[in-house]
Amino acid sequence: MAAGASYGKPLPAAVPRSGLHAAVKADRRAEHMLGALAVGVLVLIGLMLVTVMVNAWPSFSANGLSWFGSGGDIVTQFRAMQTNTALPGHSVEYFRAWPLIWGLLLTTVLAVAIALAVSTLAAIFMTEFAPARVRRVLEPIVRLLAGVPSVIYGLMGILLIAPWINEHLLSNARKQSVAYVVQLSGANLATATLILTVMILPIMIALSANALASVPASWREGSAALGVNRWRTIWRVSLRGARPAISAAVVLATARALGEAIMLAMVSGGRPFGANPLDGLTFFFEPVETPATAILKEFGGETNTPIAHTAYALAAVLLFSAALLSFAGWAVKQPLKRYGIV
Amino acid sequence: MASAQASAGPAPDTIARPRRESTASWPLADRVCYGLCWATGIGLCVVAVGIVLYFFSKGISQLRLSLFVESPSPSLHQSQAGGFRDPLIGTFVVTAIGIAIAAPVGVGIATWLTEYARPRWLVRAVDSGIETLAGVPSIVLALFGLLVFARGFFVFLSGSTNGGAVSGKSFLAAGILMALLALPLIVGSTREALAQLPNRMREASFALGKTRATTIRRVLLPSIRPGIASGVVLGMGRIIGDTAIIVIVLGSTLKNQGAGGAPLLSTLRGAGSTLTSYVYNNSPAGEGNAPQKAYAAAFVLLIIVLALNALVTRLSRGGRHERHGHDGPSLWRMAFSPRARL
Repeated sequence: MAAGASYGKPLPAAVPRSGLHAAVKADRRAEHMLGALAVGVLVLIGLMLVTVMVNAWPSFSANGLSWFGSGGDIVTQFRAMQTNTALPGHSVEYFRAWPLIWGLLLTTVLAVAIALAVSTLAAIFMTEFAPARVRRVLEPIVRLLAGVPSVIYGLMGILLIAPWINEHLLSNARKQSVAYVVQLSGANLATATLILTVMILPIMIALSANALASVPASWREGSAALGVNRWRTIWRVSLRGARPAISAAVVLATARALGEAIMLAMVSGGRPFGANPLDGLTFFFEPVETPATAILKEFGGETNTPIAHTAYALAAVLLFSAALLSFAGWAVKQPLKRYGIV
Repeated sequence: MASAQASAGPAPDTIARPRRESTASWPLADRVCYGLCWATGIGLCVVAVGIVLYFFSKGISQLRLSLFVESPSPSLHQSQAGGFRDPLIGTFVVTAIGIAIAAPVGVGIATWLTEYARPRWLVRAVDSGIETLAGVPSIVLALFGLLVFARGFFVFLSGSTNGGAVSGKSFLAAGILMALLALPLIVGSTREALAQLPNRMREASFALGKTRATTIRRVLLPSIRPGIASGVVLGMGRIIGDTAIIVIVLGSTLKNQGAGGAPLLSTLRGAGSTLTSYVYNNSPAGEGNAPQKAYAAAFVLLIIVLALNALVTRLSRGGRHERHGHDGPSLWRMAFSPRARL
């Protein structure tokens, strides 16, 4: 930061020199102070990456790459760490995270895929078809849905939706069919995905609608002038123009779904069970667990225990995925800058 | 676009302004999609209204005035489980601490990013840093915070347990982490407002011989007050709605427990709860399992969120008038007021 303030260069004639120098100095001081603040945030993020990684290291080093693999029941592994007794043939840090990672992939991918379809349609409706009066109602509604705390979504899921699914969609025969491995309840993959979809919808709608609205009118007019009807114009021209922004929305929504802990802890069944797609429809009613919910449930608050190491290892996975996603979000936005659609 | 159809031709007497295109001429697939658009739009409204109505009906039937003044007390019977006085206070305390830190820091960073913006590489780094921070799951922030605040150096924030170990759990610690959560929102909203200010405002101020620091303080920041305010309110919404940080860094006691010492400081350094953790603990997923209390607290939470939402809408609408009103006069005042400094 060698450059000083470029404004207020010495004007020797009229202004008294001493006052001018003081002002320029004050300006430079302000610049450096604000710059230090900004750098402080960078340092904090670096510190976060390092400390989380350092605390996660015992778990990763004890398990090697098979940390990400499957093997054994996660609940047993956590109990073993809690009592500090190693499972036979393994170290105390023994942990296989695959069921959690599988749960994360399932909930996130399903929710984002459904939300992508719904949000695209909703965004098109908001920008193209909705009468002005409807639009005036829809905008605050989207903002409201974005602002509702996740614990409220979770409460609604566990007290309204889960009991309903348990009573009406889960037959006894279905429960019997997998009773030997897992107990089915209303809190399951389907409930979790449904509520997660509603939670990530608003941000996707807002971003997609913004992008659709800023596609240059001349592009659409060109298509309309060729005699293409309105829907085809939207589908082939507007949507294609807004595609990078929609990708950015997908990335943001994925980041939000990744870190969701409270709501999923309430409605996903609370059992680290690797839901099996081969079970047919039953698959959607099997419980899942994600890394964030596992941290919330198992992490007691003390640091430097095997459980804490495992929790920090799970946090490191989340942190690196989040960092990767924010990089991906930056990358997909690059083509937009050329046209001024951001 | 082989199957694109010509739209309905204009009527002979209104060649200048073609008739509104009717969907009757569209291919069936297009009409189905058009119908889907309307369905999602209306579905969105139904979901939002459903959530609000559900919590209003459940909340009002459970809400008692006594809930606001009684402290929570662990009990098997819901009728004796007390109220949510402590969590309500906790929510206000955490939000106040978080905003008190995030607002000045966020505005400072945003100002540096848009007004000074030197050197370029650092700006780009800070920019992506803030974006990464926005994507970090709050549970990871919580784990990171616990590591940092449990260090002996930060004993003044949280007090120590009997064994002499620093607990790292306190209102102050949670508030500081909440500031990290709100920071990206405040930075984003302030930046956007600053970027929308016309350059002539800066140029006029520089032409009067003012430095950048003075221009920022006297001209730019006063005229983007609505933008800053809406960022702050968004940040408040984020803080009020977060549960993961509270559950991990504030502890899971429902009653606010002081850490000893001066009364106010003791509360701030002690553990406690907020409305979100109260709802979580009283839901079937938590230990308390008192759904009636959870409904009542969730209703209060939802009311707060709705109020904040309305405030953001108000601010973003009022902002435009305010800005035009400020544009001239503030420069005028700055140039000729006796207190004007260089």
